[in-house]
Amino acid sequence: MAQFTLPKNSQIDKSAGKHHPAPAGAKNVRTFKIYRYDPDSGANPRVDTYEVDMDACGPMVLDALIKIKNEIDATLTFRRSCREGICGSCAMNIDGTNTLACTKACTDVSDEVKIYPLPHMPVVKDLVPDLTHFYAQLASVEPWLKTDSPAPTRERLQSEEDRAKLDGLYECILCACCTTSCPSYWWNGDRYLGPATLLQAYRWIADSRDEATGERLDALEDPFKLYRCHTIMNCARTCPKGLNPAKAIAEIKKMLVERTT
Amino acid sequence: MSLRSPLGRARGLGSAKQGVHHFWVQRVSSAALVPLSLWFVFSVARLHGADYAAVKHWVSAPSVAVALVLFLATLFYHSMLGVQVVIEDYVGHEGARLASLVLSKFVHAILAAASIFAVLKVALG
Repeated sequence: MAQFTLPKNSQIDKSAGKHHPAPAGAKNVRTFKIYRYDPDSGANPRVDTYEVDMDACGPMVLDALIKIKNEIDATLTFRRSCREGICGSCAMNIDGTNTLACTKACTDVSDEVKIYPLPHMPVVKDLVPDLTHFYAQLASVEPWLKTDSPAPTRERLQSEEDRAKLDGLYECILCACCTTSCPSYWWNGDRYLGPATLLQAYRWIADSRDEATGERLDALEDPFKLYRCHTIMNCARTCPKGLNPAKAIAEIKKMLVERTT
Repeated sequence: MSLRSPLGRARGLGSAKQGVHHFWVQRVSSAALVPLSLWFVFSVARLHGADYAAVKHWVSAPSVAVALVLFLATLFYHSMLGVQVVIEDYVGHEGARLASLVLSKFVHAILAAASIFAVLKVALG
């Protein structure tokens, strides 16, 4: 059966959470409850509470995480890089929704800011999920231009109209927010490619310069790789870039029907 | 622990090169069920309070019997396709999945055959 409960060693130990109070005199205090897991300790995960003085902190959740790591608890582990929503490194579950810590304002959360790693992925440490399989699945759809025609002596031309078909696809930053929000990916992630990879696959299927459209569709026509998508739409709701992977998947399904009818 | 490369695991057994037929007939059968189900529900509602002889007379009309057979065949076919998806979604173990898929197909075939036979028996007998 699909796994609906966490294995024993992944369940949160509610009594183990540590509390880091705000410095004396802080007036504008926000509480952050952050998932902590250290594989070296052998202990179950816990949720630590950090009180942060927001008068001395930037506005975004990532600002608070960096402040916590710099000034309160250096053991807190998370990925981050660009701090402007383009690298996709700081994807995590904030206030129950997968998003980027760098573009999520603390004021968008009404109460305590609860921060967990992306759901249903193996956790390496704290807020760092293991995305090995996710990246391998992306590689498996060969996300690059494929042509058999001899290479032109100048750039490969594309009409404005054809270029417009890539809008809403090329913006994907591969943060994995959508894929890890998808129940179908939770239950069958070993075989189902998931929304991010399928959106990337469609980005090359839709590219007028690519000559491998048929092969790409062949590779996707599979009950598990593609058809586990049941248009649940969590992907579109959670995407921090406002993209719609479910629509891209529907386009792939339409093209597969089109070539049989 | 498997030492297989991540890409090898992601590619798995490759594409089954099927699934589009299932997807298409599921949609076609659902479209067909819209008028058939509406007709069935309204017809049964109109029979409210009717006695055995009246219902038997209704079923034995050729147009009604044909519509009932179409409704039942489409219904169980569509249900079989839907249950297959649920099993594929939630039954992870390979052997259990295969067994449930076969069992579901048998149960749907039996239910379809029995219900269609019942309509024909009333209509022709």
